Amino acid sequence: MSNISGKYAVVGVGETQVGKRPEATTNSLHIEAIRLCLEDAGVDASEVDGLLTNQPLTDAHRSYAVRLAHMAGIDPSYATDLALGGATPIAMIQNAVMAIEAGMANYVVCVHARKRATPDPTPGYPIRSGDEHWEQPWGHFSAVANHAFAATRHMHEFGTTSEDLGQIAVSTRKHACMNKNATMQKPMSIEDHQNSRLIVEPLHLFDCSLESDGGAALLVTSMERARDLPRKPVQVLGMGQHHPHSSVMDAPTLTTLGSRKSSEAAYHMAGLGPKDMDFAQFYDCFTITTLITIEDYGFCGKGEGKDFIKDGRIEVGGDIPVNTHGGLLSQAHLEGIMHVTEGVKQLRGNAVEPERQVQGAKAGVISGHGGSLCMHASLVLGVQ
Amino acid sequence: MSKPEAHDKRGRAAPRNEPFLAEVEAQPFWDNLKEHKLTVQRCNVCGSYFNFPPQAMCAKCLSSDNEWVPVSGKGTVYSFVTYHRAWHPAYQDQIPYNVSLVDLDEGPRLVSNVIDIPPEDVKVGMAVEVVFEDHEGYTLPKFKPSG
Repeated sequence: MSNISGKYAVVGVGETQVGKRPEATTNSLHIEAIRLCLEDAGVDASEVDGLLTNQPLTDAHRSYAVRLAHMAGIDPSYATDLALGGATPIAMIQNAVMAIEAGMANYVVCVHARKRATPDPTPGYPIRSGDEHWEQPWGHFSAVANHAFAATRHMHEFGTTSEDLGQIAVSTRKHACMNKNATMQKPMSIEDHQNSRLIVEPLHLFDCSLESDGGAALLVTSMERARDLPRKPVQVLGMGQHHPHSSVMDAPTLTTLGSRKSSEAAYHMAGLGPKDMDFAQFYDCFTITTLITIEDYGFCGKGEGKDFIKDGRIEVGGDIPVNTHGGLLSQAHLEGIMHVTEGVKQLRGNAVEPERQVQGAKAGVISGHGGSLCMHASLVLGVQ
Repeated sequence: MSKPEAHDKRGRAAPRNEPFLAEVEAQPFWDNLKEHKLTVQRCNVCGSYFNFPPQAMCAKCLSSDNEWVPVSGKGTVYSFVTYHRAWHPAYQDQIPYNVSLVDLDEGPRLVSNVIDIPPEDVKVGMAVEVVFEDHEGYTLPKFKPSG
């Protein structure tokens, strides 16, 4: 076990109400999340000396982190924007740990918010993905189509079906229905999934995540400082990243992703493996992402995901509950930061609705996935 | 060529349907296509073919000595999808349409369209060959089943 494992902890989480927030702005959602997080942690903004964020997709800044810090009353000695798409929230926690270990900060806020369900009253300039010049002239747009390429390949190589992907959407919806702060509250059947319209075949509407307004924040500090704070500290046990290609055009394969090596690194640092995990919060921009991640994180062999996900195995009460908050598919799409806050809350043991609490959870694994299936970050969290 | 809008009503980058002909490193690609030649970048030092998008230096040896060389135009479908929704009005009356990842025999992969057959007949591993689709001011490489 690496000596950094377990030395730092998440001591506060804040989650705004998600869904449609027409009154809010991108800025106000970020600040609301920070305020809720600091209230939860019992730490004053004046004590916070680090802030990490993600550049808002619709409002790129030279340094959003510095702007945000000063809007929230924080005077940072460490601040930056990270840019790994949906892997960013986990990368923020990892960078917070590294900054504190390096002596650059003591309390680091990690925050992300999105304003995608309702128009932002003050839109800025959008960030480009980087591949559009080589996609759009052929009518190729959007993340759903790149993930549909992966789904076509997975179906070709392993016989996975659209109904198999539907099972992931159905199980995730069940969890959303147990979460008061989830956008989707109506149960889904495989039939509902199959009847939902095709967006980019083979993916249906119910294979796709939501467009959401909302935000979340986490506070990271040392275990030493955490002992003086009110919340049960949730320790960072393992961290990993891998970014094996930069677009679908240079991807050696679309059925094994950065998730394989990234998770191996995180398990190695934690000295734990998939069998030790009590839950998994897996980035689910599309159902196929969850399926590939379950395989790459070692819960079953490559190509076996379609059978593994059946019979409630990935639901609360099953072998490895996945996305106990309802995920990007049915709770809200905030680039995965609520996968991290959900992991922390599950490990606190008393912070979620009792029906979706994983009983006796001691360790869990969280994934973040970004870009055209090219960025990946992993986090193993645990409690003593 | 129409000027792209900065963003749509939810702040996302607005899509467009024409090539970005001003991309400096890609200019030989578009110029050669006008003459119905499909070319890719190859390193003059280590002989590696470059992946798309075009770039100034070889990713294998970092040499900046490279040239655009003709390829056979033959390739294989690595994966494909069928669009049932148009992200740009220009595609509204084309749905459902195919978009494929085509692995050229020489190695580089292109995003393109397999045409001349219904989208449901496109298969992974299908052998395809290039066809040139002329537009006003530019030519797009597309693919049809070989033979």
